[in-house]
Amino acid sequence: MNLYEYMGKEIFRKYGIPVPDGYVVEQLTDVREYRKPVVVKSQILLGGRGKSGGIKFARSSEELKNGVKELLGSKIRGLTVTKVLVEDMINIKHEYYVSFALNRSERSPVLIASSSGGVEIESVPQNQIFTRKIDPLLGYSDYVGREASKFMNLDKNLSAQFRSILEKLYKVYEEEDCELVEINPLVETAEGNLIAADAKVIMDNDSMFRHKDIKITDPEKTPLELEAQSKGYSFIELDGQIGVIANGAGLTMATLDALTLHKGKPRNFLDLGGTDDVEIVVNAFDLVLKADPKAILVNIFGGVTKADTVANGIVAAKKRFKITKPIVVRLSGVHDDEGRQVLKENGIESFPTMMEAIERVVKLAGEA
Amino acid sequence: MAVLVDKNTRVIVQGITGHQGSFHAGEMMKFGTNIVAGTSPGKGGTKFMDKVPIVDSVSEAMGFEPNATMISVAAPYVRDAAFEAIDQGIKLVYILTEHVPFHDTMEIVHEARLRGITVIGPNGPGITVPFDCKIGIMPNKIFKQGDVAVASRSGTLTYEIVDAITRSGMGESAVIGLGGDPVVGLTFIDVLKMFEADDRTKKIVLVGEIGGNNEELAAKYIKDHVKKKVVAYITGRSAPPGKRMGHAGAIIEKGVGTADSKIKAFNEAGVQVAEYPMDVPGLLR
Repeated sequence: MNLYEYMGKEIFRKYGIPVPDGYVVEQLTDVREYRKPVVVKSQILLGGRGKSGGIKFARSSEELKNGVKELLGSKIRGLTVTKVLVEDMINIKHEYYVSFALNRSERSPVLIASSSGGVEIESVPQNQIFTRKIDPLLGYSDYVGREASKFMNLDKNLSAQFRSILEKLYKVYEEEDCELVEINPLVETAEGNLIAADAKVIMDNDSMFRHKDIKITDPEKTPLELEAQSKGYSFIELDGQIGVIANGAGLTMATLDALTLHKGKPRNFLDLGGTDDVEIVVNAFDLVLKADPKAILVNIFGGVTKADTVANGIVAAKKRFKITKPIVVRLSGVHDDEGRQVLKENGIESFPTMMEAIERVVKLAGEA
Repeated sequence: MAVLVDKNTRVIVQGITGHQGSFHAGEMMKFGTNIVAGTSPGKGGTKFMDKVPIVDSVSEAMGFEPNATMISVAAPYVRDAAFEAIDQGIKLVYILTEHVPFHDTMEIVHEARLRGITVIGPNGPGITVPFDCKIGIMPNKIFKQGDVAVASRSGTLTYEIVDAITRSGMGESAVIGLGGDPVVGLTFIDVLKMFEADDRTKKIVLVGEIGGNNEELAAKYIKDHVKKKVVAYITGRSAPPGKRMGHAGAIIEKGVGTADSKIKAFNEAGVQVAEYPMDVPGLLR
């Protein structure tokens, strides 16, 4: 779960990481009296906001109002801005980069820091980036910050501030169950203070039971994907014509791959998961039908999910939704013979192998 | 011992009275797995299927001398259950549960490593050595004893490939599901070491998917250290970047973890990569 900048900064503030003073604006009447130069920042979950015109600088009351007016409701790369953050302008002397992320192969957190901040870290030369694996049982300790400070040539004053920020940032990473906490840029002000000018916080979706206060609708999900999520399905919309229902993430992905290799274009990814419930199959059809595919492929390898249960679900869905679109089914594994018999009695095509089913559905979708 | 388990493996099931735990414990017993006890806090003193003693804690279960556990409890309780097993020194900890916070898994995996304990999963189908022992949820009927070892990041896709191997007349020496999460106990390199050392195993199949660089690291390891024949299959070739394809770990992030990169790495290591799952047996010949 990707947090908006203002939410990330609220968390930073709570943990004592310095951030500029600011407030969130959702409508023009929220704008407070102008006192000093401010930055007006669109709250969208995309990198490179500045380059896309999503950030305005205001040095007068009029510029502040105009900036807010321009940004609120505007579209940046397809996303509508519903909130802006109005923040005190800071005098930038230098920009640094710092983050804690997950190193998957080490199964460990990793600290990444650089004196070259303010740009995407991927574009910074490797020899200017400090990376250090953190043992999750030991956690962050000051020696790591001293090593990073030395690498980055920070003077005594900056190093002390930097290490204090690192310690708090790791606390955010750990206690808020984050995949990523990133400050880019971490600004050294003309006055010699370090301050987090931006905040990128991505929380682990699987940890949200511990963070019930945070609720965000993923802006990158389509309405149908959100509906699927609320019903407990793993569902992704794609831009093809063949609806797909399969069981297990791996098999579902393999089905999409095989369709694509056969010049078929999948309309969606839908993983039924492990189920022995006819209604779960019926509801899966409901979702796929809403995506309006030309044909539907069901690919099941029975295990926990019994093939005959799925067959009964397909028959029930066909009746309930009066489906006239071609349905092609591949059933294998536990109770596959029984399942294919049920389908045959109800005039639904089924095959024992994945390849036969894929060839057939690609052909039917092409004719539809 | 075969890979990680054998006929003498004594298994407990943590969460044996739950919906998943009880169903799969029953299936494991049908397969021939020696389940010596189950835990279910508050339900100690009863029996599972009139046979397996149920106790309140792992500490009490230690009286039955287990050396492996299957954890089938809800995600918020996995950390506690795994720590309970690790604290008692159970040498093999398999976690079935999906949606475990990865921060919990990191702690579990690192603590286990310090104590020489192996963690399988979370969010995977477990381990099967036909027909010595099955710990996990793989369907009983797809196996045949043989010399092909399979390691996979997926569940049903593993069954599909194992089934294809069995139907082609070959059989399996061990099948391990690593799990679909970004942080799991075993890497492909860990299992390659076990497969290379296992006398029963002559050929190896790795089933990878998009996300992370586990496959790329395995490819390099194979080139330098593995003498046995290795065949791979990678899923997610058609996956759009930035989308989680069902598994929490199956995501292409900032260009890292693409199927192309993994296929290329395997090809460079001399490992053939099957285009379709059912092509795997053909490449093993």
